[in-house]
Amino acid sequence: MSKYILKRILISLATLFVILFVLFLMLEFMPGSPFNDEKLTEAQRILLNAKYGLDQPFFVRFFNYAGNMLKGDFGVSYVINKNFAVTSMVVDRFFVTIRIGLQAMILGSIVGLVLGIIAAIKHNTWVDTLCSVISIIGVSVPSYVFALALAYYVGFKMGLFPILYNPAIPEQSSVLPTIALSLFTIANVARFTRSEMIDVLGSDYVQLAQSKGIKEWKLIIKHALRNTLIPIITVMGPLLVGLLTGSMVVEKIFGIPGLGSLMVLAIQNNDYNVVIACAFIYSALYIFTMLIVDILYGVIDPRIRVAKKGA
Amino acid sequence: MTQVKDIEFKDDDFTFAHETNEKIIDKTYNTSSYAKDVWSHFIKNKGAVIGAVIIILIVIMAIVGPHLTGHTYKSIIIEHASLTPRIPFLENFGLFDGTFHGKNIYVEKGFQDIYYWFGADTQGRDIFTRVWEGTRISLIIAVTAVLIDIFVGMVYGLISGYFGGKIDMVMQRIAEILNGIPTLVIVTLLGLVLPRGIASIIFALMITGWIGMSRIARAQVLKLKEQEFILASKTLGAKNFAIIFKDILPNIFGQIIIMSMFSIPNAIFTEAFLSFVGLGVPAPMASLGSLISEGYKSMTIYPHMMMSAIIVLALLMLSLNLFADGLRDAFDPKMKQM
Repeated sequence: MSKYILKRILISLATLFVILFVLFLMLEFMPGSPFNDEKLTEAQRILLNAKYGLDQPFFVRFFNYAGNMLKGDFGVSYVINKNFAVTSMVVDRFFVTIRIGLQAMILGSIVGLVLGIIAAIKHNTWVDTLCSVISIIGVSVPSYVFALALAYYVGFKMGLFPILYNPAIPEQSSVLPTIALSLFTIANVARFTRSEMIDVLGSDYVQLAQSKGIKEWKLIIKHALRNTLIPIITVMGPLLVGLLTGSMVVEKIFGIPGLGSLMVLAIQNNDYNVVIACAFIYSALYIFTMLIVDILYGVIDPRIRVAKKGA
Repeated sequence: MTQVKDIEFKDDDFTFAHETNEKIIDKTYNTSSYAKDVWSHFIKNKGAVIGAVIIILIVIMAIVGPHLTGHTYKSIIIEHASLTPRIPFLENFGLFDGTFHGKNIYVEKGFQDIYYWFGADTQGRDIFTRVWEGTRISLIIAVTAVLIDIFVGMVYGLISGYFGGKIDMVMQRIAEILNGIPTLVIVTLLGLVLPRGIASIIFALMITGWIGMSRIARAQVLKLKEQEFILASKTLGAKNFAIIFKDILPNIFGQIIIMSMFSIPNAIFTEAFLSFVGLGVPAPMASLGSLISEGYKSMTIYPHMMMSAIIVLALLMLSLNLFADGLRDAFDPKMKQM
């Protein structure tokens, strides 16, 4: 088990390293230099390069750069907030994004689980069909289409919730984005739960429990749900990707001051340092969560633990 | 004792049990070919058939649609800006008659003979033409990207799985590391560096798309390479690459097709996402994503500008998913629960 965890950690670190290298290469080959003021003379430019370590060999610069990134020093913004430290732009937005992402994840998992369980219990009835239709629509339609529909009908036509994010009332403002983001999770979790649950409900130990006369809801919650949950952890990785991608677009639509909307803004303004900082944070977040998911999966399911030992 | 030789057989002693030489076919236990099995499985799945029909319709419209109205996707008629949808015949019933906030702008501006089926955008371009042009570009991007994915992923997976050992170890670690980078990040970074256009988007989609494909190919190879027909091939002196591409490849094609059917909607979605954040095809070219992101800017005033592209996109994604589901069940009923 510890060997498995160690291997996963090493791979994650290698991935992070590759990402840092790619980001660094991007900066290297990007047109222009940080000192492209025309008033600078050649001598001044050399002095500036020396001051900021830009005259060092390639690999020294890379390691300096990687060190800075890991310390959370992302340089300054060139366009959006001129000469403003990127780190301070990012910090507040990071928590807004995390908050909405977590809300969507929790809402999506709970609703998805409930839908999936209902569909499995009422297998092959109209309830099951309805749940399947909901989940296939949720998987097929991109989250920003939902976001636009929600913004237009619920936000604009009905006026129930603000269309644009208002930092003064974060709870109400985050309702629509959370729903829009969670639909993808709901659909996937429901689909997966349903098929797992049908399998588990057909297994011998559940039938034994049934024949002992355990009440249905108790059977589902105490006996069947546990084994259903294990494989669902595996889909958490892809779902997280969906959330990340979704958050960028949904944040833009609702004007949420989060990491995603900052990245979109930076892309449109060619503010490279900001794009790179956002990309780095997104990647680090993703790698970290995938690591946790993988390790959790090994810890929770004894079958995997044993298999991994044998391998 | 009557002697046997005295018995003489005459012509009418025997009659045929069947008059014509008909064949007796065992209807209960007849065998059917693999392709027939797949087909009959697929046809039974209503969702998949509906999906297939919608896909075909959308593809046909993507081919002929841009030529139906006489407008081109980039012709700008500024006087026609922001006209609402007006469709002949239906307008007589009060549907799509070009009214906007209770007033018929077509009549007001004196465009009695002009019809924009899906309306016109803020620059006076025909949305109908642009939607189908955009569908075409989105489909081209998705299909090309997935074809390249299949090619790269399959070669990678086949080689990695077949040779095993150290080669497999190294190749799998590389794939794992690349897989750890979120697609979103790679795609946006590439979008920044490369010039905007179809080729760049296809390239960006390809960079990460092949990994899933290679996994499936590898898993199948690992399963197949221990079987007898491979051993037979080896004994007969076949070279490694002949075995990989002639013996193993045809056997994993079903899996690969299923996987690619799931990848196409993914690619369309990623393309739409790229367009939405402003890294899509450059104007005046259109894709479904860029149409939605254009229309979204005037969503509250002119919802029609966004609606048609959204409906086509949603229908396309939905039917592709239904079709892929049906195909998977038909090819391999065992996988149904997965």
